[in-house]
Amino acid sequence: MITLTDVSKTYIQNNSPFLAIDSVSLSVYRGDIYGIIGRSGAGKSTLLRMINLIESPDRGSVIVNGQDLTKLPRKQLRQARQSIGMIFQHFNLVANKSVFDNVLVSLELAKYPKKESRKRALEVLQFVGLEELVRKYPSQLSGGQKQRVAIARALANKPSILLCDEPTSALDPNTTREILGVLKNINQHLGVTIVIVSHEMDVIKSICNRVTIMDQGKVYETIDVEPAGIQRSDHTPEWFLTQLREE
Amino acid sequence: MPEVLIQYEAEIWQAIAETFIMVGVSLLFAIVLGLPLGTILFLTRKGQLLENRFVFSICNLFVNIVRSFPFLLFVVFLIPFTRWIIGTAIGTAAATVPLAIMAIAYYSRLVEQALLEVPKGVIEAAISMGASIPQTVFKFLLVEARSGLVLGLTTSAISFISYSTIVGVVGGGGIGDFAIRYGYQQFKTELMTYMIIIMIILVQLIQFVGSTISRVIDKR
Repeated sequence: MITLTDVSKTYIQNNSPFLAIDSVSLSVYRGDIYGIIGRSGAGKSTLLRMINLIESPDRGSVIVNGQDLTKLPRKQLRQARQSIGMIFQHFNLVANKSVFDNVLVSLELAKYPKKESRKRALEVLQFVGLEELVRKYPSQLSGGQKQRVAIARALANKPSILLCDEPTSALDPNTTREILGVLKNINQHLGVTIVIVSHEMDVIKSICNRVTIMDQGKVYETIDVEPAGIQRSDHTPEWFLTQLREE
Repeated sequence: MPEVLIQYEAEIWQAIAETFIMVGVSLLFAIVLGLPLGTILFLTRKGQLLENRFVFSICNLFVNIVRSFPFLLFVVFLIPFTRWIIGTAIGTAAATVPLAIMAIAYYSRLVEQALLEVPKGVIEAAISMGASIPQTVFKFLLVEARSGLVLGLTTSAISFISYSTIVGVVGGGGIGDFAIRYGYQQFKTELMTYMIIIMIILVQLIQFVGSTISRVIDKR
């Protein structure tokens, strides 16, 4: 489904070259929830951005759904991106558009038939549980709700792949679990292949079935794991209290 | 109403109309050419979507040069160009030439600044959704920057009123010019004071409208 072969990327930082990605190869199969974990600066976000070519590698190939994205002309690359959804740590919603319009714009870009696009936008917003909030603006929402809007926006055009860049790193533990639940649901019920970059061990452990550990721009190790499931430990006041007393 | 105002009523209305024409034309050029120029300045900057040192330098140089002229000198300097475009260098129409060029340079800088305020992540999200560069500009950047763009236009409009006084030198007319010719040069201090009051009211009004619109369309 996704095959990166020997990709490398060098940045110029303060006039000296910095090898952000050092000949990395990896394969993601259909239906995977694939985790990429590592310290900050390990190159995991850069690697994720290569999958939809927001970062283009200096060398190597990026094959997604059978197409080598590095060889595509611009227009086809844009089309290919429309079937790869992406969500971000800071949500990156358009603050001046309503929840509904944020989702609608993704359909407009994909030239989704006009008549059906309103229906489709409502449908995905329903899927993430936000049908009540369609007229609100992002600034009126909580972090978890914003990430749901971002997920709806990414899913609107029925992508086969969802890229998640630290999707829960700006959220509290309870909201994190909520969002992980949504991602798992997307994977199971819509058959979307998911790639998650995170520095949070719990996030990776709970839903990923395959994990790559990155270090200094290289793959340190890739292993198959059994997803541990999303832990249910509600962060209630009582829980905080017992935790603190135990220390 | 004070007697001097009644006495010069026709001239005052004429002057107000001229000011509106000059400021209006300036605003028109600011929007039609300043907005795209500001967008190009932003897009061709280092690290932006259309990074292009050559185009950026040219646009940047144009804006800096125009804006470094004291406006009075700019008007005088442009006289041959104005004569070539309009056919004459005197009158309200001729006065709009330096005003329009200054308006483009002035507003484009404010547009660039407003666009720089847009979080980079929003642009990244647009690209990830397969947006082309024009789509990124129209459906994301300008939408997200809109309140800053309106505030910039408000600031510009107020500056243009001030500039329109200076083009009185080439017979541009307008309230400021009227205040100088009748109020100052003919020692009618009272008349000058009234003209200043009109300008203050005008500026207040523009700022009020601009701030209100900007606030209403800002959902951030």
